[in-house]
Amino acid sequence: MANIIAVVCASYGLAQSVCDGEDLAERFFRSDHTNNWAVLVCTSRFWFNYRHVANTLSVYRSVKRLGIPDSHIVLMLADDMACNHRNPKPATVFSHKNMELNVYGDDVEVDYRGYEVTVENFLRVLTGRLPPSTPRSKRLLSDDHSNILIYLTGHGGNGFLKFQDSEEISNVELADAFEQMWQKRRYNELLFIIDTCQGASMYERFYSPNLMALASSQVGEDSLSHQPDLAIGVHLMDRYTFYLLEFLEDIHPASQANMNDLFKVCPKSQCVSTPGHRTDLFQRDPGSVLITDFFGSVRKVEITMETINLTVPGIPLERFGGEPHTETALAYVDQLPVAQIIHQKPKQKDWHPPDGFILGLWTLILLVFFRTYGIKHLKHIF
Amino acid sequence: MPTLTLASARSPFRDEFAEELAIRPLHSGDIHASFQFRTVWGVDLLQATDPRFLRYAILPREIVCTENLTPWKKLLPCGSKAGLAVLLKSEKLFHSSYFSQAVHIRPVCQGMHCTVPSWEMRQTLNVVFDLYTSGQGKREWSMFKIKIYVDVTDSPQGELFELSPPTPLLSQAVVLGDRRTYSVYDLTDPGTFGKVRSLNLLVRWKADNGDMLRPLLHGERYVAGFGLQTGEIHTLIYNNHPYRAFPVLLLETVPWYLRLYIHTLTVTSKNRENKPSYIHYQPSKDRLRPHLLEMLVQLPPNSVTEVTVQFERALLKWTEYPPDPNHGFYVGSSVLSALVPSLVAMDTNITQEHPLFSSFFLCKEESSYFMRVYTEPLLVNLPTPDFSMPYNVICLTCTVVAVGYGSFYNLLTRTFQVEEPSQSLAKRLANVIRRWRGVPQL
Repeated sequence: MANIIAVVCASYGLAQSVCDGEDLAERFFRSDHTNNWAVLVCTSRFWFNYRHVANTLSVYRSVKRLGIPDSHIVLMLADDMACNHRNPKPATVFSHKNMELNVYGDDVEVDYRGYEVTVENFLRVLTGRLPPSTPRSKRLLSDDHSNILIYLTGHGGNGFLKFQDSEEISNVELADAFEQMWQKRRYNELLFIIDTCQGASMYERFYSPNLMALASSQVGEDSLSHQPDLAIGVHLMDRYTFYLLEFLEDIHPASQANMNDLFKVCPKSQCVSTPGHRTDLFQRDPGSVLITDFFGSVRKVEITMETINLTVPGIPLERFGGEPHTETALAYVDQLPVAQIIHQKPKQKDWHPPDGFILGLWTLILLVFFRTYGIKHLKHIF
Repeated sequence: MPTLTLASARSPFRDEFAEELAIRPLHSGDIHASFQFRTVWGVDLLQATDPRFLRYAILPREIVCTENLTPWKKLLPCGSKAGLAVLLKSEKLFHSSYFSQAVHIRPVCQGMHCTVPSWEMRQTLNVVFDLYTSGQGKREWSMFKIKIYVDVTDSPQGELFELSPPTPLLSQAVVLGDRRTYSVYDLTDPGTFGKVRSLNLLVRWKADNGDMLRPLLHGERYVAGFGLQTGEIHTLIYNNHPYRAFPVLLLETVPWYLRLYIHTLTVTSKNRENKPSYIHYQPSKDRLRPHLLEMLVQLPPNSVTEVTVQFERALLKWTEYPPDPNHGFYVGSSVLSALVPSLVAMDTNITQEHPLFSSFFLCKEESSYFMRVYTEPLLVNLPTPDFSMPYNVICLTCTVVAVGYGSFYNLLTRTFQVEEPSQSLAKRLANVIRRWRGVPQL
């Protein structure tokens, strides 16, 4: 409330004593993003990669809890763990052992599932080059005031990330995709988090502005998994994302925690690998960037003094579709018209001109004929 | 029930929404619950549809989980916040023996004369709960504004199970040609749940076994044969009616990589050949379209009809294999559409109020009803290459070339030179002194 008063004061140019909340207004408009998007990708298939799906779903859960709606989240899961036949508790994906926290939840919406999670689809989502028939839930409709969070997890190596055991994306491709996004003005600021082995190699090649990157391990190090659950039989989470989830559980939409706290998540004593980060391409100081700038969806309000005329509400829906129906009675069609099926005439097959093989065969026959019997027979044909 | 008023002089029909839950305790101790939600709009959304055109698509591999239920629930007018949809908890629904959800959109008749069509969307959800393994013997619900039907046909005097609270409202409905009796709990009537605004429905089983009535029509499908070159698809269709025969339309869509040999197609019933009344076959084109086989077969009474066709498995191109090719490839279910003769005369009056679960397919005649059965999908292994072989071959070949050619090259071009070994510091110093002295060096 005080912020709105401050803004109103500022716009009316009132005396300083009344609006000493000018610095309040400063803090209110600290970041110039107006909407938040999240692209969360799990690239691994098969039951023993349960932890990668749990990683992605725990970030999804935090991001949804802090306010980003499903329409602004693109969730890509390469395999189904919750209703997998090997899951002893169907419709659940747990992040803590003893089945404490079900990150799959009751209202999860997965946009790309199974075989659709490919390098091509991922890059198309980022750059916006999707076919016109793609539904809205599968698109990243960001603009130049969007803050985007991109989270990748899976198996990776020095300079690449493996997608579904059959293809890889390299760090050069990723950097180029981000440059395309920058040139098309598809983001205001972008936070890139990756939890794979040798994850820091994936952000080495970035060269576009306003990118901040975090990785779970340096080049030459492996990211390790956290704890197995003996009832489910697999490792549930990776260490880095486990401690990231614990950190995010303490964040609420009005939290003032900033990026420096995020960099301290999972030190070497807990993670065994050394998490890394990269902020040289980022223009603001990380200490002034709030966690909720990327993980939450805090709406900024711009107050305007001009009036807008809303149009007259539309007339009630008439039956649409051309001319009115005649008064002939309609009837339900027979579901299985046996008599009609048995007595139908065989379908007239369309005549197709002879295709290449037949033409070739006839040409060969004619050629042999004229070679043997001489060209003078040609005049009988033409 | 919630209604929206449509202001239109032509069609005073209002939009409607109705929901129902039908519970049927089964002899094995399981409970079958069927949720039905019906939304009707009073507008004609599309112009007349031609029933002769059919587009059919199937995704045999998709697993249904909460991520499919979430957008389905969003189609309901109140989502999952009010009404029967509050009961749809995913952890309970998917930990069940059987789960099925569907959305059907179609034009329906409006009123007696049926001059104006309206459009109806039906959402159905069927679950079979295995109560013994999930360790629960009773259910509790609280809700408003709906009707619950509990099937008590199998236990008219309370022999199989006991239902509490008892209700005097009994209604009979004909479902799939069988007359069943239902105890109705109408939750729009406040007398049902009294002052406490919750309804505890308790079903206590008494007897443990009994025979189930077998369905009149059901089907099975499996792949026979061995090896990765050929195989056979067998479809078994059971007609359990004691004395009536009826026709069945079998629709099979088989992907192009299983090359069907249609000359080996045989249809046998009771060990004799049964020639179909009608066959339509559209061959496949590689990578373009699948096989389409439609047959109208007359099923003799009380028999099993077996349809077999042999096929050959194709070798796909390298990039056409999915990321997990050793899992296998799925073949979609075949569809059996039949006019099953009914044991009981059915009501063909469309204007009368019927419970939703019994009025899905309209009955045009009293003596038979239409039913559509889907068989299970098949999982078939195709000859799969070993994808690590190119890497192995490159490693092996390079090693062989390096060792073989490398040795040969060395033999031809290597020369040896004698090299003085380098001396230690003490010896070098001693040599310097010796040179200076004029004495031969070490």
